[in-house]
Amino acid sequence: MSMSDVVIRAEKLGKKFIIGHKVEYSAILGEALMRGARGLMRRGKDMLRGRAVIEGDEVEEFWALRDVDFEIRRGEVVSIIGHNGAGKTTLLKILSRILEPTLGRVELNGRVASLLEVGTGFHQELTGRENIFLNGAILGMTRQEVLGRFDEIVDFSGVEKFIDTPVKRYSVGMYMRLAFSVAAHLETEILFVDEVLAVGDAEFQKRCMDRMSAVASAGRTVLFVSHNLAAVAALTRRGIVMKGGQVIFDGAIDSAIARYSASLSKGKVQRDWGRGHHSAILSAELLDAQGLPTEFYEPGTPFNLRIEVETTDMPGLALELQLRDANNLPVGFYSSTIFSQTALPSRGRHVCTLSLQPLFLASGEYSFDISTNSLTIVVDHAVANAIPFSVAASSPGGIAYDFKQSLGQGIVAMQLASALRIEPRSEQG
Amino acid sequence: MISTDRPSQRLILEAGRADRQYWSDLWRYRELFFILAWRDVSVRYKQTVIGVAWAFVRPFMTMVVFTVVFGWLAKLPTEGDAPYAVLVFAGLLPWTLATSILSDASNSVLTNSQLVSKVYFPRIIIPLATVMVALVDFGVSLVILAGVMAWYGMVPDWHILLLPVFVLLALVVALGPALWAAATIVKYRDFRFVIPFVVQIGLYVSPVGFSAKVVPPEWQILYSMNPMVGVIDGFRWAILGGASPLHLPGFAVSMIVAAGMLWLGIHTFRRTERGFADLI
Repeated sequence: MSMSDVVIRAEKLGKKFIIGHKVEYSAILGEALMRGARGLMRRGKDMLRGRAVIEGDEVEEFWALRDVDFEIRRGEVVSIIGHNGAGKTTLLKILSRILEPTLGRVELNGRVASLLEVGTGFHQELTGRENIFLNGAILGMTRQEVLGRFDEIVDFSGVEKFIDTPVKRYSVGMYMRLAFSVAAHLETEILFVDEVLAVGDAEFQKRCMDRMSAVASAGRTVLFVSHNLAAVAALTRRGIVMKGGQVIFDGAIDSAIARYSASLSKGKVQRDWGRGHHSAILSAELLDAQGLPTEFYEPGTPFNLRIEVETTDMPGLALELQLRDANNLPVGFYSSTIFSQTALPSRGRHVCTLSLQPLFLASGEYSFDISTNSLTIVVDHAVANAIPFSVAASSPGGIAYDFKQSLGQGIVAMQLASALRIEPRSEQG
Repeated sequence: MISTDRPSQRLILEAGRADRQYWSDLWRYRELFFILAWRDVSVRYKQTVIGVAWAFVRPFMTMVVFTVVFGWLAKLPTEGDAPYAVLVFAGLLPWTLATSILSDASNSVLTNSQLVSKVYFPRIIIPLATVMVALVDFGVSLVILAGVMAWYGMVPDWHILLLPVFVLLALVVALGPALWAAATIVKYRDFRFVIPFVVQIGLYVSPVGFSAKVVPPEWQILYSMNPMVGVIDGFRWAILGGASPLHLPGFAVSMIVAAGMLWLGIHTFRRTERGFADLI
């Protein structure tokens, strides 16, 4: 292939953010005033130098991307995978010209469109029809292009009956379907897609995936960012794995997924959690359905955990798990001795594999604390936040409604044991 | 599937690199400009009881209050034989146009932060789109002016044909500070509190409720450093005709200041906009 076939070339790309921290709150008035005065001084200085004002008492530089190099050729379909905070979205934002790189350069050949979320710019007061044109223009389509695909878009979304209704009257499902439909009909030479491969109910999600694979096989250059490994494996043949803002692997998608999974488990092993008097928790992982380490829990599926422990001459130790939500509140508990009458062997290294009953968790961040406890309920070795994980999306009813922790309605979506029955009340006597 | 009607474009992204395609991009995104403007206009009076009538009520009531306060109570002189209400309204028109652009445009980047952090387009479209909303309200005010003039039996002469030129000047005067403020507010939110204050003070510093002729002649040039003075004078010249002669040196000063501010506004905006997504 000739050089001109390279449509995206990133060279030594780096992005620095400056973030502020709040130092611990002080109840002493004098200290608080001093800190306030120091903050004012710093902000004043920043302003005189023309720098931005950063909230917080201490300022720190943070490299979200570092030395990122890659080339993507015309017609290639590539996925970028990595943990939360690995720099995937930052990279996509630089490529889509939303953020300016701090170092390095990017060369783009061709018309670019990027899809960082669906429904960007949708206005609640406007109708579905009006929003299609608005959103289309925001995504870079001309009026002519939107007009040409209007029927297709409406048809795909399945909301034709409500197309002249303000979108604030739409259900979340309808809203998401319409938003996705506009985005799915973007037709540019280069397309960037961030975590929005599919929305809506199962049937619509299948249509989304079909559409995305049609897009991917239409000879256009597409870059997907996702943590949905199954979707990524189905859509792309090349994968770029990112970690800590750097590219750690670039190659065939199967190897990329393997490398990503390996980097997850490796990260865990390297952590030193110390040890208790008679035991040590060495590593702990949440596993996906394929038995590979993951950071994401799919609501309503069993919790598969693998925990490595070492005990030294202490019989009867219990392995205990504490599930905590994003506010660090305890929301679930398991004890191997109390709940399942199983104690850890008294000596040696062991791998415990647990499969806990499914919970329909709300989307958001969670973690498991792990501890080993002696019979007298004395903690021997405790590791707080041993398995952090997140629930990316939670749709208890199978529709696009995302049941979130932050809604404050609890962390478990209650599921029906049998179909909901609503019947007219029979008049008695 | 690939749209072949556009030539493939080559783009280099680098820190601090001035975007050569910026102005052609602006042209390419002209439809976004119109659609954002249309969005703001069509949403403006939604869920209000009297709707577009607000565009009538506000300038009309302001005219009444100013006429009573400055014309009747303070007994300030009018220009020629023009009714005081018309004098006030001719000043209110450009003032309202300019200040609503300044207020709306300066906050526009922040209120559209969702767009700024999720898609690329030349950011200058956002403050520019707010101009259209102000122009719609301005159009309504022109109708009121026609009504008030008819009430007093006034007929404008040929000067009125130059009104569009002064409307354009009002936009220039407003856009300079508006662009500067829109970019600066993203960095320093303090200016969100400064702008309404400037608008409030400006009402008394600018010859809105009174004629600029009440300022002593030796101070005219200095007074014209406020570019609104030139624009308001221009409006009165166009609307009142011969009754309000234009003070040309002062007008020139106003226009030079306005041009300088426009340059500063565009320059500041262009320099800051690449970092908007970092700051929002």
